[in-house]
Amino acid sequence: MKFLQRKFDQIKPLFEKGGKYEKFYPIYEGHRTIFFAPDMTTDRKGTQIKDGADLKRVMMTVIIAMIPCLIFGMWNVGHQHYIATGLEATLLEKLWIGILKVVPIIAVSYAVGLSIEFTFCVIYQRPVEEGFLVSGMLIPLIMPATIPLWQVALATVFAVIIGKEVFGGTGMNILNVALTARVFLYFAYPTDISGDVWTYLGDKTPVDGFSGATILAYGAEAASNGTNMMQLASSHWYAGMFDFWNMFIGIIPGSIGETSTLMCLLGAIVLIATGVGSWKIILSVILGTLFMGAIFNLAGTNSFMQMPPHYHLVIGGLAFGAVYMATDPVSASHTELGKWIYGFLIGVITVLIRVINPAYPEGIMLAILFMNVFAPLIDFYVVEANKKRRLKRATV
Amino acid sequence: MSRTIKLKKGFDINLVGKPKKQVLKTNQPETFAIKPSDFVGLSRPKLIVKEGDNVKAGSPLFFERGIEDILFTAPVSGEIVEIRRGEKRRVLEVKILADKEIEFEKFDKYSISDISSMSKEAAISQLKKSGAWTNFIRRPFGIIANPEESPKAVFISGFDTHPLAPDFAYLLRDQDQNFQAGIDILNKFTPGTVHLNINGNGEIPQIFSQVNGVQLNKVYGSHPAGNVGVQIHHLAPIAKGDVVWTLSPVGVAQVGKLFLEGVYDTSKLVAVTGSQIKKTGYVRTYAGACLNKLLEANVEGDDNRFISGNVLTGEGVRLEGYLGYYHNQISVIPEGKQEEFLGWILPTTSKLSFHKAFGLFSFLNGKKEYKVDTNTHGEYRNFVVTGSFENVLPMDILPTYLFKAIMAGDYDDMEALGIYELIEEDVALCEFIDVSKNPLQEILREGIDLIKEG
Repeated sequence: MKFLQRKFDQIKPLFEKGGKYEKFYPIYEGHRTIFFAPDMTTDRKGTQIKDGADLKRVMMTVIIAMIPCLIFGMWNVGHQHYIATGLEATLLEKLWIGILKVVPIIAVSYAVGLSIEFTFCVIYQRPVEEGFLVSGMLIPLIMPATIPLWQVALATVFAVIIGKEVFGGTGMNILNVALTARVFLYFAYPTDISGDVWTYLGDKTPVDGFSGATILAYGAEAASNGTNMMQLASSHWYAGMFDFWNMFIGIIPGSIGETSTLMCLLGAIVLIATGVGSWKIILSVILGTLFMGAIFNLAGTNSFMQMPPHYHLVIGGLAFGAVYMATDPVSASHTELGKWIYGFLIGVITVLIRVINPAYPEGIMLAILFMNVFAPLIDFYVVEANKKRRLKRATV
Repeated sequence: MSRTIKLKKGFDINLVGKPKKQVLKTNQPETFAIKPSDFVGLSRPKLIVKEGDNVKAGSPLFFERGIEDILFTAPVSGEIVEIRRGEKRRVLEVKILADKEIEFEKFDKYSISDISSMSKEAAISQLKKSGAWTNFIRRPFGIIANPEESPKAVFISGFDTHPLAPDFAYLLRDQDQNFQAGIDILNKFTPGTVHLNINGNGEIPQIFSQVNGVQLNKVYGSHPAGNVGVQIHHLAPIAKGDVVWTLSPVGVAQVGKLFLEGVYDTSKLVAVTGSQIKKTGYVRTYAGACLNKLLEANVEGDDNRFISGNVLTGEGVRLEGYLGYYHNQISVIPEGKQEEFLGWILPTTSKLSFHKAFGLFSFLNGKKEYKVDTNTHGEYRNFVVTGSFENVLPMDILPTYLFKAIMAGDYDDMEALGIYELIEEDVALCEFIDVSKNPLQEILREGIDLIKEG
């Protein structure tokens, strides 16, 4: 690795003060620190030693936790393609279709996002931050495989600039960046990200009787027209598609990375074992979901309300949102008690939106964004309670 | 009524180079120095001596305007060889070339029974004159105490949980009488209790179990259980308007000796620790000692960080640098000025970490001792990760919110969120584990300065 170090050293003068590209120093430094952990040492005052963990490693842990969802998602894109077109295919063929569809989306997301990140780093002369490493992977995983690439680019531009940079970069944003991208498309180009977009058909014609509907669509129909959701789901053109365990494993149409609750669980194990994701948030989202699902069971005026609460956990993007998006430490509640409240309300609101508001079949995205906005308020009250408790203790 | 405190939060940093219980033979350093910056809160000290003057141990060197009668005195006798100044002529070091035999200024001597009948005023006067008043630290703020105030209690932490910390019982060998006399003096100053807090996990040192006039409290837990601020938080929390004093046990013994023998004696044992030390142990010297002679022929490697104090709260000095006034420990660790290929992601068991982020497997090592260098393992970032500071600060305080209040200059929030209860050492562990590498001790001191002046 001496060779690489020498190469970096060779071009370093160009980027240093007085060099030709001095303005671009953050980009030079950003690249060098990808290859080499920096040679910085502690100051003369303050702690003389530092923990081995840094933000790069923490962010990378989240990406590693997403790998199961990514690989399964790519396979599932292909699998859904082949069952919809009625063709036989091997595992590798299915994976290949998925790779062809998904890798360009990832490439666009990273290319666009990092370009903006670099531009802002040069303008403000600050180091390149790691935040987009995670967002850049999250954005593709919550898009349908059929999404036009230019929309991915546009959504990324919007999310990074309006969702993050205007607030001052990583750590300062209020909304989850990846969800900002998705919600932008959701309202700007609704036809490309809702309805019959979940199965990639390409130039093939689907088999007779094919329907790209998700179970959430059946639910929405049940809520607005009083149809029997479970009956519709069980008479889906592809038998067994919407059985509980099939949905748990995730062999259903949906956004690229979010269909499999099983893979999200694997990711959750990584995040919780490494302490990078808050188990309190993940658990409380699940509890909130089950709680609200049970309340609707009691009301039970339509067949969506009557759906067993645990179905909510495996349909739509709830598991993915709970594990990878709700746990984003920047946009979530920052206090430990706040995390319980924040997560619980995400679960409650997701089910509310799903069941009560059929115009938005997927509730988790809006629920998380909504709670992102309210997280500072929750924290405010938790912090106030701490102040009051401290004050009380002092006067005794 | 002695109390027992059990702390669950915290983190012990287990390093190579713990001090063995042995006194190492070394030559005394030629020069000693007093650094005004060691005394927190001094703004513009006024010098009394000039270069070439001869002083005895206990002769005044300088004072602070506004508290003119609290004198800062020489730790050893000898000649003032240099007054080193920095920007705006601020005094950085007053260097003394030490005599072979240390001569002491003579202060009043008291018998044990005299001490018990001595008035508070007489005690304060001798303490201020001799330089021993510097042992009295006031909370809030962690500054030198104001003798006019009456603290609601006095707290002494009888153990140090910092990395490679010295054993106080060993530092205080044969000082039982001085320590008892010091405690008797302290009892004159407060209408409340003198708390002596000891490590619940270890054996109670005899010097502490036999002493009279204290409330002995047992504290269980990992670092920062030994921090006096953490102990105060659980024993008798400080609110706005409260004043308590703290002393180190070494300071208590020094105060006792001042009255029993009439001398300001800064001689002490200093632990020589760290992975770069060939033979760890203790050396006998005086406050402000130059490190070079104390470490002679005992250091491995060329590129080392010489730290006066411990690796969390100490100060990096050079080999020719000086021991901090309050420090009983020297730590020597390797510098870490090297790049590491993919060092931010490769799995490793050799990097010490509080976190378990991907690839950091140090938590599997159990009680392994680590050799740690000064590399920062990453660059400065905004706060991103939440909830980890709380796990190493065993107090009912929300550190992140306090730091943000300080950065925003919000006085009300700083006060309400507990700035009165903290000094740098209490947040040092937060600074160590911070993945965003913020200078939290410095930030806290900025906040304390704001509150103090506001």
